[in-house]
Amino acid sequence: MLKVFSKNQYSGLSLARNALSRHRKWPRVWRDPEPKNSYDVVIIGAGGHGLATAYYLAELHGIKNIAVLEKGWLGGGNTGRNTTIVRSNYLLDGNAKFYEHSLKLWENLSQQLNYNVMFSQRGVLNLAHSDPEMESFSIRGNAMRFNGIDAELLMADQVRRSVPYLDCSQNTRYPIFGGLLQKRGGTARHDAVAWGFARCADAHGVDIIQNCEVTGIKMTGNKVTAVETSRGEIQTGKVGLAVAGNSGRLAAMAGLKLPIESHVLQAVVTEPLKPIIDTVVTSGASHVYISQTDKGEVLFGGDLDLYNSYAQRGNLPRIEYVVQSVLTLFPCLSRVRMMRTWGGVMDMSMDGSPIIGKTPIDGLYLNSGWCYGGFKATPGSGWCFAHTIAHDQPHMLNEPFSLERFSSGALLDEKGSGAFPNAH
Amino acid sequence: MLLIPCPHCGERAQTEFTYRGDATVERPHAEDSAEKWYDYVYTRDNPRGEHTEWWHHTSGCRRWFKVRRNTWTHEILGSESANTDNNRE
Repeated sequence: MLKVFSKNQYSGLSLARNALSRHRKWPRVWRDPEPKNSYDVVIIGAGGHGLATAYYLAELHGIKNIAVLEKGWLGGGNTGRNTTIVRSNYLLDGNAKFYEHSLKLWENLSQQLNYNVMFSQRGVLNLAHSDPEMESFSIRGNAMRFNGIDAELLMADQVRRSVPYLDCSQNTRYPIFGGLLQKRGGTARHDAVAWGFARCADAHGVDIIQNCEVTGIKMTGNKVTAVETSRGEIQTGKVGLAVAGNSGRLAAMAGLKLPIESHVLQAVVTEPLKPIIDTVVTSGASHVYISQTDKGEVLFGGDLDLYNSYAQRGNLPRIEYVVQSVLTLFPCLSRVRMMRTWGGVMDMSMDGSPIIGKTPIDGLYLNSGWCYGGFKATPGSGWCFAHTIAHDQPHMLNEPFSLERFSSGALLDEKGSGAFPNAH
Repeated sequence: MLLIPCPHCGERAQTEFTYRGDATVERPHAEDSAEKWYDYVYTRDNPRGEHTEWWHHTSGCRRWFKVRRNTWTHEILGSESANTDNNRE
């Protein structure tokens, strides 16, 4: 990266130099270019995934003539709405290898991007509430270790010692039997990931064009030739979709119908507290995940609202359910005030796993179906998607995530819940 | 809170209901092609806008019915019984 930022490298020295000029001379972090008439590659969606894709295309594959188009502002979709959890605790080989690759990229991402993404490996702890759940966790933990991923099965007293505010009594609705801990998992600063990738991509000459909505995809025969946007037509032979909940709409512009439904997922933060939870705690009993942000807010998310939605806002019944679930685990939070709630539109795939790969249309590539888990995949997704676009074929790591797996039957259904997108 | 117009019971709170999904997909015949079955099982129009969907009045009359709802605004545009008689708009 040093050669990309010869002048604008962030360092202790640059901080001191800019402090002397009272921080008035920091350069723009990325440009605000007008769209050109044509690009080698157009990525639609300037969230973490789209920006990471552009960055890896430029950094690893030498393709520099790239535009990233964004209908709103950079990182304003699900990148700015998730619960920032990073983990790779998957059972199935395809998922485990891909997410572990992503986790390894996370581990060096701040250095790679010269941008502090505040990746904090505070551990991700899945709670078990029954003997059968402990059994299934030991199967998953062993599968993870066979795949070279760290996993530790904790007994109830180990869980109690590591999360002291958790209600581990026998009287609670879901007694704690133990847990599966991935110590290398954790959280990261969500905005910083988008900003870091944007800054590096921009330094490579990638044009990040905000407030530019794609309104159509032009094709000659079965080949992509251009995208129509609110700021004019842009010629290109390769289009990568990284638009999360809007995947279905964009794919429909090219006549494709996807195995995806869009659903709203809500999250909540409380007022800031002193540090009380130093890890990420999740429970499958009521499907809830809890962590404490660097600002001290307790952050939690739960299930989907369960009906199709593009609204980026949800509904009180689900918030009430999630809050109840949190209080079952952490009764000590009962008098903490809820500060903010919001919703994001999830691209729920039919088997709960993502789709990264080619489509039946030449030059159209799809990065979609992230369900609840897109944030942790950000670097891995961009890395694989860039490879797929540059070589016109998937990398070994994203081969299992093809769109064809739904018709061929090679599904990656981690939970075994079948073709019910709101059940994953 | 969504108010779901059950064609049999009237408007009730969303928490009484269970959502099922797109009500426009039709189950193919057993001997139909694999493509048709793929379409039925997996692909959805997933519109941003008007959507016809199945709801079940789980904590009420326990009947299935169709609701037309806007997926962008959450506005409910009408509902009809699964067996077309007793419609309510």
